[in-house]
Amino acid sequence: MGVTTTKIVAVTGNQAVAEALRQLNPDVMPAYPITPSTGIMESFTSFVSNGKVDTEMILVESEHSAMSAGIGASAAGGRVATATSAQGLALMWEMLHIASGYRLPILMALVNRALSAPLNIHGDHSDGMGSRDTGWIQLYSENAQEAYDNTIMAYRIAEHKDVRLPIMVCQDGFITSHSIESMQYIPDGDVKKFVGEYLAIDPLLDIDNPKSIGALVLTDYYMEHKRAQHEAMLNVKKVVQDVSAEFAKLFGRKYELFESYRLEDAEVVLVALNSAAGTIKDEVDRYREKGVKAGLLKPRMFRPFPYEEVGAALRNAKAVCVMDRADSFGGYGPMFMEIASALYPHKGPFLFNKIYGLGGRDLMPLDVDKVIDETIEVAKTGKVKMVKEYITVRN
Amino acid sequence: MTTTTPEKTPLTLKSLSHKKDLLTGGHRMCSGCGAPTIVRQMLLAIDEPVVIANATGCLEVSTCLFPYTAWKVPWMHSAFENAAATASGIETMYRALRKKGKIKKDMKFIAIGGDGGTYDIGFQALSGAMERGHQLLYVCYDNGAYMNTGIQRSSATPFGADTTTQPVGSLVKGKSQRRKDLTRIMAAHNVAYAAQASPHNWKDLMTKTRKALATNGPAYMGIVSPCNRGWRSQTNDSILLSRLAVETCYWPLYEVQDGKWTINYDPKDKKKPITDWLKPQGRFKHLFAPGNEAMLEKIQKIVDDDWASLKKLQEMSKS
Amino acid sequence: MKLKNWKELPHAGTILEAGNANEYTTGSWRSLKPRWIEENCIQCLFCWIYCPDSAVMTKDEKMTGFDYDHCKGCGVCAMECPGKKGNKAIVMEEEGK
Repeated sequence: MGVTTTKIVAVTGNQAVAEALRQLNPDVMPAYPITPSTGIMESFTSFVSNGKVDTEMILVESEHSAMSAGIGASAAGGRVATATSAQGLALMWEMLHIASGYRLPILMALVNRALSAPLNIHGDHSDGMGSRDTGWIQLYSENAQEAYDNTIMAYRIAEHKDVRLPIMVCQDGFITSHSIESMQYIPDGDVKKFVGEYLAIDPLLDIDNPKSIGALVLTDYYMEHKRAQHEAMLNVKKVVQDVSAEFAKLFGRKYELFESYRLEDAEVVLVALNSAAGTIKDEVDRYREKGVKAGLLKPRMFRPFPYEEVGAALRNAKAVCVMDRADSFGGYGPMFMEIASALYPHKGPFLFNKIYGLGGRDLMPLDVDKVIDETIEVAKTGKVKMVKEYITVRN
Repeated sequence: MTTTTPEKTPLTLKSLSHKKDLLTGGHRMCSGCGAPTIVRQMLLAIDEPVVIANATGCLEVSTCLFPYTAWKVPWMHSAFENAAATASGIETMYRALRKKGKIKKDMKFIAIGGDGGTYDIGFQALSGAMERGHQLLYVCYDNGAYMNTGIQRSSATPFGADTTTQPVGSLVKGKSQRRKDLTRIMAAHNVAYAAQASPHNWKDLMTKTRKALATNGPAYMGIVSPCNRGWRSQTNDSILLSRLAVETCYWPLYEVQDGKWTINYDPKDKKKPITDWLKPQGRFKHLFAPGNEAMLEKIQKIVDDDWASLKKLQEMSKS
Repeated sequence: MKLKNWKELPHAGTILEAGNANEYTTGSWRSLKPRWIEENCIQCLFCWIYCPDSAVMTKDEKMTGFDYDHCKGCGVCAMECPGKKGNKAIVMEEEGK
């Protein structure tokens, strides 16, 4: 089958994801507005008001109720999607675990925003990182195209019979969600064919076979339940790869577990998620022209984390700087801890961690250059002066 | 939305006895608990298929403890504060799938929570669901405290009651606030139907259950549910205490529909003093100690004032 | 019930056997046991409608006895029984007598 080509459009990340949701046409969407994800909801409800989707909205009174209603709706037996950011995600934190524990393939568009306090509406990864233990599949997106493509692939991944887990597709708040970029949509018919019909497992509304969902499970059985959930998460990697491969074949854009940008022979590597990767790629190119073997590893699938593959990709670098757009106070940056775990089996590169861009603080090309310079220094000397450091902070 | 309406089972015990209980025995509710009696009565009254969302609490943990479930109807629990939100999701998916022709059967949706999961932590979700107008009945089995976790006070706990979080001591004499009147709050949400019921009057409870489910729009029922553990009463007096709750006008039986308030039972000159209801309950024992007469008077006054205002509401809504 | 291993669990822990709690016996909770005195019974069925444990058995619109596998001995039935001319049709007796 030939690759589908469509015209190039100029849209924001929010518009792109809303368009993907229109094409996915979920059965029910419970949602609560929060900056900067509100745009997704507003675009989508405009589709609802104009009959462009069949989705039943539930304009819930809080994000906790959004996820609760989402869980009820998904367990009832249909496709569910929602969108939120930061405080909204934090408010539904309890329910995130329940969605994954109940093995419900709910789709969430997470527009990454800084968690209070202090109150801030801009893009960083504290919300996504804060929920990395909740049992959700996490895909991170550098730009509007990736956010759109990941959303299109999401149900195929989440609903796979070996998986059946909820999934969040992330993009940077404001930087990606509100910036206009050029990208391509996939035609409606092709999306519909690719995503397919929803197959419910043990739906509550199959009243001829009444069932009970959500039992109290004590010490004799809880762990077996979690082991089964763990097994599902182990199956995600292959499903992501298979679905992405199918997507590439049909639509031409290739996605893997992470993007390797000039990584193969790189000695000096930066690791970053989402939009900052775009800035870093530019600087990597500039340094390459200067003769520095620089490269970037940009994780796409953060949960489950592909430790083996990342370890293998980074093992030959001399120095790696992990750029975290979130912090774990009292620990190293969340992604640093994953990368360190991935590199642990190898006698690999010197590793250090920068915390950047919190609360939407820009990462400028010059900031990236400073980091690359430091990574070159670490590669040369083997000395890391500080494992975790905050950059771009006025001292 | 209904196609054919089959003949409903007459609300007589003999006719109802032909029906199978949709809540089986073998659950772990305490001996003599009011809640499973309430659920049994409700489910016997309902002839259509029903799907239940249950908040965390005594009823939920005791009726569904893996690998057992006492429920013979589709049943779901997700968390403590969100039975109304969970039910909203289920009901909306039903409408979505029904519209698409993927589901063809009629069914009813009920959310059940204790007073903990309804008056306090569940209040927001309840208010939201009622405001959005889901075709949903919310039932609160009200035993007046967080019983499942060991008798902590809720906003439904009556004034003066001993609970573990406002225990009777030398300084504090039990709950210092009067209870919240959630049924009136629901009426103020302009729900399609709001009512109070009691398991001693099974016929009234069943009639109201049917009425609530037949009404177009969201409905709320608050049902007094004696708890012999938390109330420090006897295992055999749950029906007696629910009857006394009504006869003392502590828990009036009434309904609100289309702005009309109807008191279903007025004891008139046979109205019993509130002490008749308080005396059998150990959680009020301290009120009868010398020096606490003012508290007893306050409780009687709260009951009398509420009863008077309820009668006024009935009167005003007649015109 | 034999304990299942994690592979044998139902998907997502959903319990597919509706009402299987019936297999779980709670009769051992009792310290008092209800005894039916048929000659005093007016077959009002109050015991049946008030029992928290579905432990009053009926057949053809008549009460026929107790399900002692599930009866917890709460005594609500005996308390609410109107009986005949002041004589209860249900009395609570010590278990094991």
